[in-house]
Amino acid sequence: MPVTVKIPTQLRAATDGEAELEVSGATVGEVLDAVFETHGTLRDRITQDGDLRRFVNVYVGGEDIRFQDGLATEIDDGAEVTILPAVAGG
Amino acid sequence: MWGTSDRTSAPQAEVFFVGYGKRDRMAIENLKCKECGSTYDLGAHFACENCFGPLEVAYDYSRLDPGETKRKIQAGSQGIWRYADFLPFEGRPGDPLEPGLTPMVRADRLADRLGLEAELLIKNDAANPTHSFKDRVVAVAVAKAQELGFETVACASTGNLANAVAAHAAAAGLRSYVFVPSNLEEQKLLATGVYGTNLVGVRGNYDDVNRLCTQLAETRPWAFVNVNLRPYYAEGSKTLAYETAEQLGWELPDRVVCPIASGSLFTKVGRGFQEWLDIGLVAGEQPVFNGAQALGCSPVATAFAEGWDVCKPQRPETIAKSLAIGDPADGPYAVEQARRTGGAIDSVTDAEIRDGIRLLAETTGIFTETAGGVTIGVLAKLAERGDIAAGERVVVYITGEGLKTLDATRDRFRMHEIDPDLDSFEAEFREEVAV
Repeated sequence: MPVTVKIPTQLRAATDGEAELEVSGATVGEVLDAVFETHGTLRDRITQDGDLRRFVNVYVGGEDIRFQDGLATEIDDGAEVTILPAVAGG
Repeated sequence: MWGTSDRTSAPQAEVFFVGYGKRDRMAIENLKCKECGSTYDLGAHFACENCFGPLEVAYDYSRLDPGETKRKIQAGSQGIWRYADFLPFEGRPGDPLEPGLTPMVRADRLADRLGLEAELLIKNDAANPTHSFKDRVVAVAVAKAQELGFETVACASTGNLANAVAAHAAAAGLRSYVFVPSNLEEQKLLATGVYGTNLVGVRGNYDDVNRLCTQLAETRPWAFVNVNLRPYYAEGSKTLAYETAEQLGWELPDRVVCPIASGSLFTKVGRGFQEWLDIGLVAGEQPVFNGAQALGCSPVATAFAEGWDVCKPQRPETIAKSLAIGDPADGPYAVEQARRTGGAIDSVTDAEIRDGIRLLAETTGIFTETAGGVTIGVLAKLAERGDIAAGERVVVYITGEGLKTLDATRDRFRMHEIDPDLDSFEAEFREEVAV
């Protein structure tokens, strides 16, 4: 099922400037794997040892996935996945 | 009414920078990732493109002579710009609303009440222009925004930052947008709206506001002081360390007790001390760092207690709204700093926060907001635990003013209501009069 993944400016060099990607997947982990299939250099920037890097935040429908099931968080058809740096605020 | 407002015309920005020649060459070099070391130009960047780590300003202090630098500081302005050599500018900053040089007062009666034989000092940063330490970081960020050519500044705030951004933008003649959780204390909303900012109340908690602002920073040509200008903004907190050392006669304290929200203040005070140790302006070693959080929002204290390197985010539920950041950006670094210096990060309940506010007020005459109640609550905990040795010199950072969170003092005392005659007074105070 199609999901929109929003790419932050810091990562757009790895997506040829694209701010949004359309991929398929039933969970956040599957969606990210689908993104890495077409944009391989994003994998090391976002993940480390199979998990999200500690300064990467991922939101599904505006909700932080750490308050849900992490990478196993299920995604509805047409949902929006947003990747943001976790270093703002305070 | 203080709802969302709109200001259509931005006033002409004033520029406070003066040119600099060879003698005034500043030490700023570039932005550097704290995680992987990648470097970036001195623009409005905040996250590393390689690993998403936070960017920090890098300096080259090799040209600074300690003796000359000390003389320059002592002959400088009566505020944070006296430390301009250690701040992230390419020219010399100025500011019509310069914060800093806030009082450091001995708190012997507080020490007595806590059973401490330490030299206890309160650094009262509520004595800044908008009554919190946020004036330091905002003065730096707004000056940097002007240096970078921005005409609009903005922020995600838990309240104190909102006050400071609105005020410093007004003083500098810049347009501003301030985003806060819509359930913030009324005093903080009123003390923001008065400056004519665009005040935006977001239906959500601080972390929701922060996420929205991170997204807005990508689409608007604005200087979000704690998002895309965060590397520069955070540097302002170092001035609290410099002042501490200067007010102690160019010495470092043995221990500091400091509140933690994002962890930025806590870590930057440590960086400030380290810079002065490195260039020889002070001798000795880093103080022990004790961090203070509210139990209802204690992701950093929890990470410290559990031995984690990352902070598990928490949904805040505490009266200490100015510390209510459930996903603290600098939390991992705060944990590292507490461990490295032999300190700790503790948390206190809302009841202990109220007690802390009252205790500080009764023993020092300083009325602090809930964040200060958290800090005093943790100080009391350290005293009870026996962590503070006799003779230690301890500096406690009070970062905000009590008038901002009046609800925290409600029902904590009784007013004697009497008729306007002597009999009524004497009836009310019979015991005291008899003594």
